[in-house]
Amino acid sequence: MQTFQYVKASGIEKALASGGSGKFIAGGTTLVDLMKLSVETPSTLVDINPLPLNKIEKLPNGGLRIGAMVRNSDLAWNEDVQKSYAVLSQALLSGASPQLRNMATTGGNLMQRTRCAYFREPSAGIPGGYGCNKRTPGTGCAAMDGYNRVHAILGTSDHCIATHPSDMCVAMAALEAVIHVEGPKGKRTIAFEDFHKLPGDTPQIENALEPGELITHVDLPKPVDGARSVYLKLRDRASYEFALASAAVVVHVEGGHVRYARVAMGGVGTKPWRSHEAEHALTGKPADAHAFRAAAEAALAKAKPRQDNGFKVELAKRCIVRSLKLATA
Amino acid sequence: MAIDTLPHANGVIGAVVPRIDGPLKTTGTARYAVDHDFPGLVHAVAVQSTIGKGRIRSLDTSAAEAAPGVLLVLHHGNLHGAYRLFPHVQEGTISEARPPFDDDKIYYWGQYIALVVAETLEQARAGAAAIRVEYDAETPDVRTDLSEGFTGQRESSWRRGDPDKALATAPIVVDETYSTPTETHNPMEMHGTVAVWQGDRVTLYECSQGVVNHRMVMAQVLGIPVENVRVVSRFIGSGFGGKLFPWPQSTLAAVAARQLNRPVKLSVDRRMMFTGVGHRPRTQQRIRLGATPDGKLTAIRHDFYTETSINDDFVEHCGEQTPFLYSCPNLEVSTAMVRRNVGAPAPMRGPGAVPGLFALESAMDELAIKLNMDPLELRLKNDAERDEGTNKPFSSRHLKECYLTGAEKIGWKQRTPQVGSMKRDGKVIGWGLAGASWAAARIPCTATVELTTRGRVAVRCATQDIGTGTYTIFAQVMQARTGVSMDRIDVFLGDTSLPEGPTSGGSMATSAVLPAATNAVNQAVDRLLHIATLVSDSPFKGAKAESLALSEGRIHAKDRPASSGVAFEDVLRMANLSGITGEGKTNPSWEDPKAREYSLHSFGAHFAEVEWEPEIARIRVSRIFSIFDCGRIINKGAGANQILGAAVMGVGMALFEETVHDPRTGQPINGSFADYLVATSADLPDLDVTFLDYPDYIVNEYGARGIGEIGMAGVAPAITAAVYHATGVRVRNLPIRIEDLLQSKIREA
Repeated sequence: MQTFQYVKASGIEKALASGGSGKFIAGGTTLVDLMKLSVETPSTLVDINPLPLNKIEKLPNGGLRIGAMVRNSDLAWNEDVQKSYAVLSQALLSGASPQLRNMATTGGNLMQRTRCAYFREPSAGIPGGYGCNKRTPGTGCAAMDGYNRVHAILGTSDHCIATHPSDMCVAMAALEAVIHVEGPKGKRTIAFEDFHKLPGDTPQIENALEPGELITHVDLPKPVDGARSVYLKLRDRASYEFALASAAVVVHVEGGHVRYARVAMGGVGTKPWRSHEAEHALTGKPADAHAFRAAAEAALAKAKPRQDNGFKVELAKRCIVRSLKLATA
Repeated sequence: MAIDTLPHANGVIGAVVPRIDGPLKTTGTARYAVDHDFPGLVHAVAVQSTIGKGRIRSLDTSAAEAAPGVLLVLHHGNLHGAYRLFPHVQEGTISEARPPFDDDKIYYWGQYIALVVAETLEQARAGAAAIRVEYDAETPDVRTDLSEGFTGQRESSWRRGDPDKALATAPIVVDETYSTPTETHNPMEMHGTVAVWQGDRVTLYECSQGVVNHRMVMAQVLGIPVENVRVVSRFIGSGFGGKLFPWPQSTLAAVAARQLNRPVKLSVDRRMMFTGVGHRPRTQQRIRLGATPDGKLTAIRHDFYTETSINDDFVEHCGEQTPFLYSCPNLEVSTAMVRRNVGAPAPMRGPGAVPGLFALESAMDELAIKLNMDPLELRLKNDAERDEGTNKPFSSRHLKECYLTGAEKIGWKQRTPQVGSMKRDGKVIGWGLAGASWAAARIPCTATVELTTRGRVAVRCATQDIGTGTYTIFAQVMQARTGVSMDRIDVFLGDTSLPEGPTSGGSMATSAVLPAATNAVNQAVDRLLHIATLVSDSPFKGAKAESLALSEGRIHAKDRPASSGVAFEDVLRMANLSGITGEGKTNPSWEDPKAREYSLHSFGAHFAEVEWEPEIARIRVSRIFSIFDCGRIINKGAGANQILGAAVMGVGMALFEETVHDPRTGQPINGSFADYLVATSADLPDLDVTFLDYPDYIVNEYGARGIGEIGMAGVAPAITAAVYHATGVRVRNLPIRIEDLLQSKIREA
């Protein structure tokens, strides 16, 4: 780990004043890990734990406002979340371990970085080390022809196939959350779908934040009347493992037909993967196995597997089918 | 259940006895190797190669040497006084033959290439990061198909009859190849050494499964007399075989400490656990079975490859159980050792037997299916009544009873053999079984016992407790013989300054220490009773020693209760003795003419149940019944714990564990606890352990054999058999993966 300056931000203004020169640290469950591996080498850490952003509040429009510093555990066990946004609670509880969830925050989870083993290798992106365009643009991608069983099959590019690891974000994608940020140029909102960036030829740019911008909270829209939601995570072992494929679905069925559907996937995309294709395939169709399978096929139609992760195509399809079945049962 | 009488036992032998070291461990007060600290102690951090094969072209240490707090940088250009252990000398086994920093060559990814010692750990880490290395890199050979590039000689063993002819004429033949991946030991306590010199004597605080061997090796490696080396391993956060023999960090810490004349601490981190401190090597095993249509085995061939490093001859003896597990007239085992650019392998729980029985027992399951026969019936039909490999009778074998007991417990009669035919709660269930075996032996041991004037019993032995309950076993023997309560018994282990004791490996510690401890306490008690008849103030003066007994810590007439007697410490005081001692030895079974007439082995069987959700290709192990014939169980608590832990490791082996090497660099690319999967609590099935508890008096007078290794054997093939039963997918290459399960033709429960 490199030495760094430490600044404690007592208020948002102080945080923003210090933010330009360093990195914000909240729960630290990703950042400290990556600092130990020399993947992150911030010159300054701005500790935002004192910021008054740890509340969950109901909005006048029926939605829910989640402070960026709300811990994953608190969010998962929040009564309103469990009642109206079950998919989010389930997603949070399927991630990491209780200890990590007690530390990890809502804002931090949005900033979670990939578990690509090559990206995490201390020597990646430096001469003699593994190529990693995310670490050092132009050095190549060692995962492309390396061990890529856990890598992405959707949203990949010739420069990066790293999987976005978050469970929470998959649920938020399906819930169409809105991210509120504050920066040197003021406040703004970012639609969830626009927050995370596809790797393209700039895999080092992972999100829409401008330098120095701070996530302050996340708004969930009013729950869709009559809709049910499910998060299903498939992986090798039963706990403490990232998804090989996951699905977050929000579905409203009326008269046997799908009236509203939101489908997002985890473990398969380079970002939390909202599938409009699956949603189109479902909307207006009878809520049956045929439609679910058609939605799954549509969702994975553009999948591009590499040597070790071809199985994810079928696994993700089954994940979607099963979660739709559960949400409409 | 067996009925038996034990010569030296009262209630404490064979009971569930809480571990006497438990409170120290659960309160964090037990001091493990790197918990030791000393005035002036400095920290070392090793630098690892980032290529898997080649040579160091240049090594620039200038920045590291100039870094704050850095005291010393060692590498192949400046390391002296680390000698090669002379090969083929019986005394002492080392893990990695090549001394660290021997030359500029790189044989595997992660090989230590430099060591930085600094005042603080952070400074040492910063120094290590400042070292600049240039390599002439070559492509390492980490090919997973072990038949590729094998140029050595295949070694044949255990041949009997004419297996090839028998296979050629057998009506039913199974011919399949099974492979097990590289599996990495991941004990909670990682390796580490604290080296402290005083003049020309060194004390090494280690996590060693064999302090006596460690001392022997380090004396040779450091070039000093063996009596100048002391090795201390009082508490060990488990070993699983990975801590049997010294690793390079021990040498590096000792050499650096000698050079600096300051205590040096060197820890191996979790990432390094995947490279330079051993692993279970990859195996690839072809099994051929010939049988008659009614299921009698006519031939077994077990031909396997076992991977090793470039410089170390290590064989995973996959065929060890093959010659005697079943009755079969024609048989052959052959071994091929294949070199790859990986670190030195090491024994890992049930070495040989665990991968070997995965292959053999999987093939037996496949044979049963081919024969359209119940796999249980096939086992019973071919059970061996005599060891046909050595042509000796078994000292005690009750494998059939293990199978029948397990079948009863799981309700095997209800099993329907068709794939996917059993269902419960919307899931398909599958049942499978497999057998297990492990060798027993009695290895040498010396122990001393001291009865003190403070009314305490102290027992001393330079064996060690790797978390299995050896401390408690000693205390049980002391209590059984003296009646002194557990809180007045002191057990001293894990220190070479104590009487020489055995390595904790091969499931042999318990059977080795029992006779020595018993003989020692017997001698001390005999002396005590004799003294009681001589001392003038003693109420027993003039009595015959044979008429006296020691129980509840009191000397008394044999025909009267303990309460009528005198506390033993009072008699010692009357005699003006500070204490009284006894020494006991265990003679090895190979020097015992009677034991040599027998085949000494433990046996067992696992019955596994899996739950299968075809729609999402999810498999979970739901129940395992483990029935074991391991002789007399001395501590049923610690004993059951061994089998339970082994079953958990078996679940990991079956479903999760595999160290993956990047083919370009040879790096174990999943070398972390997040990426190398072991079973979590959420993955654990209901576990059920039964001990048949038949004493084996050929092994020792308590009838105890060992139990550490055997529990893991047979778990994986029982699970893959159950997986086949549920899914129709036969997994021959471990671990079972979702990729395999997606091939199942059963799509709905």
